[in-house]
Parts: sequence; C-alpha cells; structure tokens
Amino acid sequence: MFLRDRRLALLPALALAVLTAACGGSDDGGNGGSTAAADTIPVAATDDFCEVEASELEAGTHEFEVTNGGSKITEFYVYAEGDRVMAEVENIAPGLSRPLLVELPAGEYETACKPGMIGDGIRNPLTVTGESAQLSEDESLAQAAEDYQRYVQSQTAALTEQTTAFVEAVKAGDIEGAKALFPVARTYWERIEPVAEIFGDLDPRIDGREGDQAEGEDFTGYHRIEKALWETGDVSDMGPYADQLQADVAEIVALANETTLDPLQLANGAKALLDEVATGKITGEEDRYSHTDLWDFAANLEGSQAAVQALRPYLEEADPELVTEIDERFAETEAELGQYRAGDGWMLHDQLSEEQLKGLSDSITALTESVSQVAAVVADR
Amino acid sequence: MTEQQGPEPQPAGVSRRRLFGWVGAGTAGVLAAGATGGMIGRTTAVETASSSGPGPDDAVEFTGAHQAGIVTPAQDRLHFVAFDVTTDDRDELVEVLKNWTAAARRMTAGRDAGPVGAVEGERFAPPDDTGEAIGLPPSGLTLTIGFGPTLFRTAEGVDRFGLDARRPAPLTDLPAFAGDQLDPAISGGDICIQACANDPQVAVHAVRNLVRLGAGVVSVRWSQLGFGRTSSTSTGQDTPRNLFGFKDGTNNLKAENETALDRFVWVTDDDSGADWLSGGSYLVTRRIRMLIEPWDTSTLDEQHRTIGRTKGTGAPLGQREEFDPVDFRKQVDGEFAIPETSHVFLANPTNSGTAILRRGYSFVDGSDGLGRLDAGLFFIAYQRDPETGFVQVQRNLRLDAMNEYIRHTSSAVFACPPGIRDDADWWGRALFDG
Repeated sequence: MFLRDRRLALLPALALAVLTAACGGSDDGGNGGSTAAADTIPVAATDDFCEVEASELEAGTHEFEVTNGGSKITEFYVYAEGDRVMAEVENIAPGLSRPLLVELPAGEYETACKPGMIGDGIRNPLTVTGESAQLSEDESLAQAAEDYQRYVQSQTAALTEQTTAFVEAVKAGDIEGAKALFPVARTYWERIEPVAEIFGDLDPRIDGREGDQAEGEDFTGYHRIEKALWETGDVSDMGPYADQLQADVAEIVALANETTLDPLQLANGAKALLDEVATGKITGEEDRYSHTDLWDFAANLEGSQAAVQALRPYLEEADPELVTEIDERFAETEAELGQYRAGDGWMLHDQLSEEQLKGLSDSITALTESVSQVAAVVADR
Repeated sequence: MTEQQGPEPQPAGVSRRRLFGWVGAGTAGVLAAGATGGMIGRTTAVETASSSGPGPDDAVEFTGAHQAGIVTPAQDRLHFVAFDVTTDDRDELVEVLKNWTAAARRMTAGRDAGPVGAVEGERFAPPDDTGEAIGLPPSGLTLTIGFGPTLFRTAEGVDRFGLDARRPAPLTDLPAFAGDQLDPAISGGDICIQACANDPQVAVHAVRNLVRLGAGVVSVRWSQLGFGRTSSTSTGQDTPRNLFGFKDGTNNLKAENETALDRFVWVTDDDSGADWLSGGSYLVTRRIRMLIEPWDTSTLDEQHRTIGRTKGTGAPLGQREEFDPVDFRKQVDGEFAIPETSHVFLANPTNSGTAILRRGYSFVDGSDGLGRLDAGLFFIAYQRDPETGFVQVQRNLRLDAMNEYIRHTSSAVFACPPGIRDDADWWGRALFDG
C-alpha cells in the first residue's frame, strides 16, 4: 500500500472529477454508451482456443458474447495498438457467458482471450472499417480519463466477486481454497491501486502490512488473513477480519466507480504502480507469508500499462519516440517476468535467486525512467 | 475535500496554523561559549587567521556545562558507534569509562589516544595509538557519550550494575511507529559514542581507539558512518542538502537560541533523573533509508509538494527566500501553498507542537543486492524528553508524503549526561558515583 495518492484528494487543483454520466453500475466493462449494438458477435473461449465470429466490422457499437467452454476462469479484451484496452470483460467462470459492449472507431484491433487470466492471451486480429474520428488533444486526454474509468470499473467488479469468494472460503475454514483465491483477488486490487488508494484510511485497512500500524491500531485486511492462512493454518478467528475486509472493499469499490483520475494523475499513477513493484514486490515485503509477490508484480505492471495506454492516442501525437521506448520497456519487463511463470500463476518470491530478482529490478528501473517522462508530456499540452 | 479550517488541533493544544511566538524569532548573533564550546590551542602549527570563529581544523573544548557535539556547529563527518556491555562487573565498566574519558580528552585536543603515542612506545609493545591521525589537526573532533535503557536494565529485566533505580523515566525504548522496518541487529545499545569531525579519518581514528580500549568489557553492537551534515546547528552555517537534494534543517534549533535550547534540548533540575542528568540531553537515532530510485523519477512538482519547500533556494512554498517565514495560511490559486501532507507542514514546530535539535548525516552504505543505493539519512536528534520530542514529531508524520520515499531501518535512544566539568571528571561519574 502507499500513501502518496491519498494526498491528491486534498488538492482542489487536482480534484477528482466525479463522473455523472453513464458507465456507473455497469459490470460488463462495456462502453455503456447510448448507442445500441448493431449486432452480437459470439466468442467461444476455451483453455486453448478463442474463436471470434468476426474479423472485420463496421465502425460503431458492437456486442461480443463471450462463452467460456474451458476449465479455467477467462478474460476477454479488445485491444487497440499498444494493447490499449478498448473494452474488456473479466472473471468469466467456466460454463458462463458474459456480454461486452464496445464502441470501435475505424482501425486495426486485436481481440484476446486469457484463460487462467495471465499472459498475452490468445490473439485474433480485428479490422474495423468506416469513419475514424480525429480527436483534438484535449478530447483525447478527456477520452483517456474515460477509458481508464472503464478499466477501473471492470476491475472493481472482479475485485468484488473474487474478494467475496475469498472471504467465504476463509469463513468456511477452507484453507486451500482461500490460499488459491488470495493472489487472484489481490490481482484486481493491485491493478488499480492508484485509484483505490486515494480514499483515506480504507487503503491501510484493506492492504496494510504488519508493522504499518501505529500503536493501538489493529492489523487488518488481506495480509492479516494471509498471515493466518500461511503461518498458523488456522483461520477460526478470522471471521470478523474477513467480514471487515469485504465491507471495506465494497466501500472502496463504490467510491472508485464514481471517480475519474485526471490525465496528470493517470500519468503519476502509472509511475506510482511501478514504484510499488520496486519497493514492495521485488523485495518480497508485500506478501511476506504467502510469497505470492509476483502475482502483485504482474498486476501492478498491467495496471501501469493500462494507465499509460489510456493516454496513448495523446502521447502518439505529442511524443511518439517516448511511446516507442515505453512499449519496448514494457515488453522487456514482461519478458523478464514471463520467465517465472508457473502453471496458471507465478513462482513464489522465495524461489527466485538474488540474480533473478536483480534482473527484474533492473527492468523495472529502466521502465520507470521512461514512464516517469509521461507526466511532463501530459502537462505540456 | 480540502479542509479550509485545517486539521484538528494537536494534542499539545497548538493550532496548526498559528505560529509559536518564539519560532523564527530573532536569534542572538553571539556564540554562547558554554554552549558551543570555546576554542583551545591546537597541537599543530596551523593557525587559521579567521576572525569569524573556529576554523574546520581547530579543536573544540572537551569540558563544559554540556557535552560538546550537541550544539557545537555540526561538523562534516560522523562515526557513530553503539556498544553492548559484555561484563556484569561494575568496576570493570567504570574503569573503561575513565579510560575512555582520558583518551577522548587527548584526541579531541588533537593528541594521540594514549599517553605514550603511536610511535614513541616500546619496540615490542603494541602502540597505544593506532597512528592514522598522525599529522592531522584536531579537525573539530567531538566525542559525545550516551547511556541506553538496557544499561540500566537488560531486555530480560536484569539490573546488572545496580543502576535500575537511577534510570530516568523518559529513558525507555521508543514506541512502534507506523511503517517501521527496524532491524534489531542495528538498533538499541547499552552505550553509544557519537564522533563528529571535519576529517573522516579523525572521527574513525577516535572510534577505533575507543573500541580498542573497551575490549573485553564492551563490544560493538552496530556502527554508522556519515558524510555531509544534514543540519546546521548554528546561524553561522549554511544549510546543507540531504540526499533528496533539498536543504535540510533550515528551521532547526540553533546554538544561538538559548531560550529554545533550555526549553527543548537540555534536561533541567526539575526533570526525572536530574541528579545525574541535569544539563544533559536525550539522543534519538534513526537510520532512515531513502528510496533513491523512486525519488529520482518523481517530478519536481511532486518533490516540492512532498517536502513543502522549493529545491533551489529552499524557500517555503509560496515564499521567495530560504529563511522567509513558513506561512501555513498562505494560499496560491485557492489552495494552501504548503500541502498539509508535506514534510514541512507536519514536522514544523507550529504543527508538531514541539521542537528538537537535529544533527543528522547523510550515508551511503554501498548498494543493496539489487544494485540500488543503500543510502539515506542517519537521523540524530537531541531533546529534553523523547516523548515530547522525537516521539511527538514522528507521530505527527503519520501522513507525511515523504513516507513513500523512506524506510526507518534502525532506532535507538540514549541519555547523554552533562558535560565533563574538569580534569578529574569522567564520563558517567555522577551516574556511577552518585
């Protein structure tokens, strides 16, 4: 957890704009615009395939209907260049179908299913023809905030579901089930930390680590339960902590869904997520009992990339060289991290050697240098 | 969301946006001889023809009402050492304290640690000085001793030296603070010695020889080298920069402000433990690792808002010059110029409700295993009572934006007795003889 962005909430100049428009409450991650979808495109997702019944579309609003016929939880994304998320639907359990509404201007896109929720996913090209809207700088920055808002809402919906499942497993005394859900629920949390953490005391209560508390404060949240799961293997007294966690997450989700970061906050948030990786995950401080830090690492990285890519249309106009550099360094970091994949998850932090951790640290340091340039480009408009 | 009224008043009952009368009040331009240490003759032939006070090579008087090394204008280099006492024999410990005092008396005057010297002794005896300071001037060396809580009673509750009844109430372990990541192996200690000098070799020489004199009675628990003072403790000194690149200690208590020192730094006759500690002070050390890489990639604006001052001049945000008053009410474009989570806002005496004398040093202990600088600030503060000094300040820093960029990795507290009175006096005499 970190405190930096909490302060932003105090500053009128960077005050949070509250979206009054649509989007709120929609948990399909769709664009939610007023335009009705012209069609419904079936997507058959399995553990090995991602069959999208269209590779060319007219510009406009479309609905994808994603059916998970595999055995793993899956996700479905529509990416613009640079993996800018145009729309996504998270957390599709085996056997379920989920709709995804998305408005696509003309351009080249990719769709992706992510069985097991990690990696680049199974990709398919998607060409959209017709009129392409040329946005002004201000419009593209406004669009960035809206796009990121949509990303946040797709994450908060999955965060709520997975945290509920985690809490239920804890209260049922299902140690192994809870252990498996712990890094999954945290993935959605870690992806959106910049927005989740602007809300006062909620962040320390949900994500505080042991020792973060002042005298007289209780140690609560994910890590309190993590300690019980991995240290003692006894969660019989964790009921109140589990209930509190669920209530706190519900509260922060409601706040986050109504919050839009301005473009500068978006840029700083992308950088702050990488700082999180550098100071908490690489050192193994975050998940000190479960050692599942690499899940959080990957989630921070994805969240940072989502924030940067939301700004991409603007950045491509304002500083194309920086975009190229950032793309390369995200790819390098992903490749570095990708070496430590284990099945549908990640190796444990204490399974990595000092040398391997240094490789990760070096790639994050380089990436941070590039991403830290974004704020100035955004402020320059 | 901005609170126009500012946060709730602090426990001390001080309005967070009201200035104490004494803060920023004019300070006397005259050095207080008793407080800062008068200059004595040096053993070297070098004489600095300076009319503005001591030169960096000069000696600092070892005796005085207060120990040197507290309000003495901060020297450039530090070697700090904390000891565990390994004996249970009170007489052995007293013997070491007497030997240390004699050696400190000599070394602060620019002489060898032992009476014979580095090269004058018997051919087949080890020299009583290690020799690396031969030819070096006194270099402003000060040696300051302190006694930790565990000297009076061990962590296991044992009163090894019959001192437990004489432990002043404020001398207890510091409470846990939010975010502490303390390593016990480099925290605490029964006795500490702070060696400060303008030449690192002089400071290291002093500690090395004192450690040697203590062999068999004390053992080094941990030590810390520091370069680059991060506070000015006299109005005659420029404000230095810490490793964040910012001026540090602009509003520090200064040697010339005796009223504030009496109120906030020196233990008085009415305080607990005054029978041996009056005229002394409590020393708090914190090794504060700076997360250099995240800091270096943060924007200038973020850095300004984190500290609450500008990086260039050190002026408080909203002001022009370094020593312009810190005005927490000043608004720029409808918001407070100094953010309420900035370090200056939260640490300033106005808002913390107290003041401490800071005397810290920058350190770089190489790099960590990930290739990142293991660097930061070795924080040193002197105060009349840790509870109303450092502890109160640190509690107020709970929401400090700077916390994002630092980690406290070691912590210690010591009671530093008053100064050495005369040639017969020795470190801890009033405590052990009293």
